[in-house]
Amino acid sequence: MKVVYTDSLVIGGGLAGLRVAIASKNRGLDTLVLSLIPAKRSHSAAAQGGMQASLANSVKSKDDNDWGCDQDVARMFAHTAPKAIRELAGWGVPWSRVRKGDREVVVNAERVTITEEDDDHGLITSRDFGGTKKWRTCYTADGTGHTMLYAMDNKAIELGIPVHERKEAIALIHEGDRCYGAIVRDMITGELIAYVANATTMATGGYGRLYSISTNAIINEGMGAAIALETGKAPLGNMEAVQFHPTAIVPAGILTTEGCRGDGGILRDVDGYRFMPDYEPEKKELASRDVVSRRMTEHIRKGKGVESPYGPHLWLDITLLGREHIEKNLREVKEICEYFLGIDPVKDFIPVRPTQHYSMGGVRTTPKGESPALRGLFSVGEAACWDMHGFNRLGGNSVAETAVAGMIVGEYVADHCLAHDVDIDIGTVRKFFDREQAKIDALLERTEGENVHELKAAMQQVMMDKVGIFRKGGPLAEAVEELKALLERSRNIVVRAKARSANPELEQALRVPRMIKLAICVAKGARDRTESRGAHAREDFPDRNDRDWLSRTLATWPDDDALEPELNYEPLDVMRMEMPPGSRGYGNAKTIEHPDTAKRVAEVEAITASLPDADRHEIQRALMSYELPEKYRGMNERSGVGTA
Amino acid sequence: MTTNGQPKGRTLVFNILRFNPQEKGDKPRMVRYEVEEAPGMTIFIALNHIREQMEPSLQFDFVCRAGICGSCGMVINGRPDLACRTLTTKFPEGEITLMPLPAFELIGDLSVNTGEFMRSVAERVESWIHSEEAKAPDLDVLEERMDPDTADAIYELDRCIECGCCISACGTLRMREKFLGARGFMSVARFMADPRDDRTDADWYEVIGDDDGVFGCMTLLGCEDTCPKDLPHQAKIAYLRRRMVKA
Repeated sequence: MKVVYTDSLVIGGGLAGLRVAIASKNRGLDTLVLSLIPAKRSHSAAAQGGMQASLANSVKSKDDNDWGCDQDVARMFAHTAPKAIRELAGWGVPWSRVRKGDREVVVNAERVTITEEDDDHGLITSRDFGGTKKWRTCYTADGTGHTMLYAMDNKAIELGIPVHERKEAIALIHEGDRCYGAIVRDMITGELIAYVANATTMATGGYGRLYSISTNAIINEGMGAAIALETGKAPLGNMEAVQFHPTAIVPAGILTTEGCRGDGGILRDVDGYRFMPDYEPEKKELASRDVVSRRMTEHIRKGKGVESPYGPHLWLDITLLGREHIEKNLREVKEICEYFLGIDPVKDFIPVRPTQHYSMGGVRTTPKGESPALRGLFSVGEAACWDMHGFNRLGGNSVAETAVAGMIVGEYVADHCLAHDVDIDIGTVRKFFDREQAKIDALLERTEGENVHELKAAMQQVMMDKVGIFRKGGPLAEAVEELKALLERSRNIVVRAKARSANPELEQALRVPRMIKLAICVAKGARDRTESRGAHAREDFPDRNDRDWLSRTLATWPDDDALEPELNYEPLDVMRMEMPPGSRGYGNAKTIEHPDTAKRVAEVEAITASLPDADRHEIQRALMSYELPEKYRGMNERSGVGTA
Repeated sequence: MTTNGQPKGRTLVFNILRFNPQEKGDKPRMVRYEVEEAPGMTIFIALNHIREQMEPSLQFDFVCRAGICGSCGMVINGRPDLACRTLTTKFPEGEITLMPLPAFELIGDLSVNTGEFMRSVAERVESWIHSEEAKAPDLDVLEERMDPDTADAIYELDRCIECGCCISACGTLRMREKFLGARGFMSVARFMADPRDDRTDADWYEVIGDDDGVFGCMTLLGCEDTCPKDLPHQAKIAYLRRRMVKA
């Protein structure tokens, strides 16, 4: 048995994982990153739009997550985000900068002139994005995620952090309430290796590929969350919270950025008619992502979609923005249209439909990023349910979470390593190693059974058809049963390719049963949550029900023979909230109030009134104090505001 | 691969290099596969179809499948390019030959190990900001100002996706094993353009001032011809040479 020892093991080489690794290394720990691919190819690179950070104000991301998020975490995030932007500037990200004087922008499809102050010339600039009140999305032209990932990975290389590429973690090593690393398969040689670690950080991204149509990279199969689930101890949080983006191209599912609509693009139907103002007279195409996706789906259901061999779609029209604007500000979109559709968006409409985009759920963690059930197991970024997004993530908050959570959780990971010893018996490691080796042996020996690609496609179709944008009790119940049947069948997969070394079919055979387990967590969570909240939209329960459902879903997998998870619910404490639940301001749906809401609203008002001379930090402490690593507690200097 | 309501597409022929160096006794060979063309089909879609329906062991790399991650560089009918964004309609003959990128270690079939090579380039160029301030920045204060045009100019040189097309198309690299290659030169140009980096021309001369560096380039410019991101390789190699002559 080959064993590799390290202090801080990070699984996943995207922005979040690399940032945790950097924090560990900077604290003097032996640090190692595992990745399926070269780190610079991670899905983090795909974020075109930008990174949210208030370089001049406060959190405004609560109403749009439909009061599902952890408000402590949202505060930790908001306070640290400006520091993350500045840190990355120091590490080389060429953030787009403010240019003094007049510039023309399109707001609500009208041209408006903005005048930038001379004093701000050369500071990091920001743009408008869906669902946010202020312009606070920092960006690098059309390549924000790319430049962030390259700067982050280069920093990791500077620090000499090894990235073990083409390695896949297939099981966590754990005993009692402690996690001790992972059993890892080398995807080239096929060899298994035990990585024994003091802290293990899951930074493997989302589970978008549970769906047949997704904007996610094809490696986003949720394996980090899945192997955490398979410990039988670590819970996954809010797995039913899955976001659909309104405008991915058909059929490839590649995202066209929210900037298309932010800059004034509109949606049209089969008749060329602009339909969004009929549904959302005020916000039109710029309503929040989940809302626009649902409206588009409603319109297609009315028969107003454009038929295609790949199913009905709608049109995104950016022709009204003109060639100059598109070629300068939406270059990536133009390239995608040319290469994948063979069309010119300056003249042609773009075929789009709502497509799976982001996983709000994941490995449930405390605000410190640690699993509440397995000490030494941390999770960060899209893989985690740290829970700054609640049931709906806002544009620009994905890469923002990766970098910011990486900074914060990275410090707690290091604290953990410095405070604990690795006290595991090598026999325990061998038990996990042998178990995984036996599973692979059995797979390679089986001569008759199920086709892995067929099972995967069937799962993806169930998720798309029955656990998608609109959900209903009947189809959800069917989905759970159908997925359970698929899980049973997946215990009898046969691989035709028998190589022990690099073998793509064997990789899929190891992943697909785990993907189906995650799919069941999503479907069952959605079936049982009899309300609508953020991206979880139940047609049979259209109201948000704070009275019964102001809670986080926790899924644990009882044992290897089980066909479904146990679900438990972690209530959100209204009496601790800085912003008690309110209305979100879309459509006709009502809210069934939580009994504590009125009490807490009055309390918040009383506390605020009792401190007439206090600054906002004193009020903050009185309403809801939150924790942060010492090094990130400093006040942020902001342009025109000073240090506040 | 039929699609509902569409007329039957043409039959495409794929000739693919097959070889798994991990398996003893395996030998490189070309294998022919036939695939019915579907509307909007890319090489990404066709390869997955072949793997799922015909050849489960076929190795290739895709990650973003959207032309931004650089995983799927391969030689397509004799030319290095990104497979994910290559539509099959681009080939009127309907015959497509796929080979792995040369110059990199072969993992198997169409999959090559660019990761190790690219990390070695990053270490050689030291592709990170060199400055005392950047080592311990004060994160609480306003960031250093930068001219907006300078920021835009750095981004233009920071767009490389490390797909390896320039390296596999480089004639000089065939002659000089340690030649840095266009990816490295672009990285040098990018950090030279960055006012946050303190390195001087004398420092850069240590990195690229010899025949394994910018003076070794035979100016065949396969890099310029094949770069999927249209980075200005020709202009920057010429620029670095002039600057190094003066250094």
